[in-house]
Amino acid sequence: MADPMRIRAALAGDETTVRVLMAHIMEPGTRRDAAGALIPAHFIQDVDASHNGKSVLKAMWTGAVSQNPFLSFKFKGAAKGDKVVVKWVDNKRDTRTDEATIA
Amino acid sequence: MKKYMRLARLPASIFALSACSTGLGGGADYDKMFQDAVTASFQPKGIATMDYLKPDSANNICAAADVAGKPLDDKMVQAIEAAEMKTIKMPSDGKFLGDWKEGERIAQSGRGLTWTDKITDVSGGNCYNCHQMDKKEISYGNLGPSLYNYGKLRGVTDPSGAASKPIVEYTWGKLWNARAYNACSQMPRVGHKGILTEQQIQHVMALLLDPNSPVNK
Amino acid sequence: MRSSEAIRLAILAGALSAAAAASAQGTTAEGIAKYREMLQDGNPADLFDMKGEELWKQKRGPKAATLERCDLGKGPGVLAGAFTELPRFFADTGKVMDLETRLIHCMVTIQGFNESDLYKAAPSIGRGEGANLVAMTTYLATQSRGMRFNLPQNRPEEKNMYEVGKRLFFQRAGPHDFSCSSCHGVEGGRIRLQDLPLLTKNPGDGVGFAAWPAYRVSNGQMWTMQKRLNDCYRQQRFPEPKFGSDVTIALGVYMGVNAKGAVSAVPTIKR
Repeated sequence: MADPMRIRAALAGDETTVRVLMAHIMEPGTRRDAAGALIPAHFIQDVDASHNGKSVLKAMWTGAVSQNPFLSFKFKGAAKGDKVVVKWVDNKRDTRTDEATIA
Repeated sequence: MKKYMRLARLPASIFALSACSTGLGGGADYDKMFQDAVTASFQPKGIATMDYLKPDSANNICAAADVAGKPLDDKMVQAIEAAEMKTIKMPSDGKFLGDWKEGERIAQSGRGLTWTDKITDVSGGNCYNCHQMDKKEISYGNLGPSLYNYGKLRGVTDPSGAASKPIVEYTWGKLWNARAYNACSQMPRVGHKGILTEQQIQHVMALLLDPNSPVNK
Repeated sequence: MRSSEAIRLAILAGALSAAAAASAQGTTAEGIAKYREMLQDGNPADLFDMKGEELWKQKRGPKAATLERCDLGKGPGVLAGAFTELPRFFADTGKVMDLETRLIHCMVTIQGFNESDLYKAAPSIGRGEGANLVAMTTYLATQSRGMRFNLPQNRPEEKNMYEVGKRLFFQRAGPHDFSCSSCHGVEGGRIRLQDLPLLTKNPGDGVGFAAWPAYRVSNGQMWTMQKRLNDCYRQQRFPEPKFGSDVTIALGVYMGVNAKGAVSAVPTIKR
């Protein structure tokens, strides 16, 4: 499995802010190596964040997103102690799922 | 004492300067420890050979002065500048100026002579790392003085004319070996050390002195 | 349009572009500072920190042991404040060592790894044990985040290293006659638009010696002090300093002692 994500989730008022740092090479497929050959594309395509089984964020990424992506978003309707689950799938069908408890 | 043989042409006062850097308390010889560390720690890689560390009298004297925190005395300064002045070679074809467009390319490039470069790579002048030149280029360093309007400020309207000859020759000399005019200058000796070719220096000269160069607009 | 109008417009345009160019320097520097600030939240260095902690606590090597009893200068397993007192003298080896060479020492003595294999792997920071060393170095340095540098200078070996480091700092060589001080020996110096800390004294919190290991956004790499020194010498047009060699340790002592009192911001984020 790929390297773990670092997820932090904090509740302020009725809004939960989630910060995710993903470990991924995010190779766009358009760069060339020293010999001039194209480096094959390898990037996260789908991101899904859910709370209590319900999806709160879906993202479709391309090679334009940089290496080790940082994602930050807010959503309402959660309580302290709830779990937020983040899952990504890349173009090679590799995947990673991690979770964090809302502080 | 091998490294001091190259200093034979320099006054005896340099021996006094280099001998005074032995350690404090306990008689530790820090200079020897430093030399031993250098010998044991560096290894050749790519085109960066141990030849890069061969002794250079002016460098050693300037470095020792920095370590001691004391500037060089006038006699030493003049001796170094005179020795460096002797290394300046005027252009073999008699032409001082080339093409300023090429000069700008050379000034922008910081390539060459590192262990990730190839011996066939064309070196750049690294100029913008330290100097402002073309006003349009905002990414410039401040380790050297601004060269914006270099020729204009010195009244150079015709670089090939007799009136401009002293400035043109001074600028060539400064590029070839900056230490001839400032003993411990931080500026690389682009001609003397073979960093830039004669032709490349002609192009940089044009960037600085050609009235049509953006530097003088 | 009429010629006088054209002239007025030309003068205005000229004045505006001159003002724009003059403020461009300030605006560009401000822009870069703002960009760096935005990147602070979500510094990918955290990923290396996490990995390093995992490796530190994992049973590894021929002896299948964890590194949790490793002594980084403040006693076995004491991590807080260790980084900010390195490099320092270690009685068990009789040498002044930095974080990275001390880490290798622990991997050899506690876990049974082969020392020369680790030194060979160390410069390859993107793979194998080289990458593991980077992750653990990041983790260990992060344990002293917010603490002030306070390198010991009690032993003659430590004082000698300071003096050697000083001479190395001012040593001019190579085709460009560069020394460390060519760039880092002036106040307010800048290469292109990259500010250069003055390293002959304390340059302030979180900069210079207090900023490495750092994550470099431009190449997505985590750079430790050994890597930073290696690449400095490359650009100075010197031959290569061996990993963990006396030159690298001595410079660490010189910079670290000069930075006494500076707060460590490690791990930081760089361009």
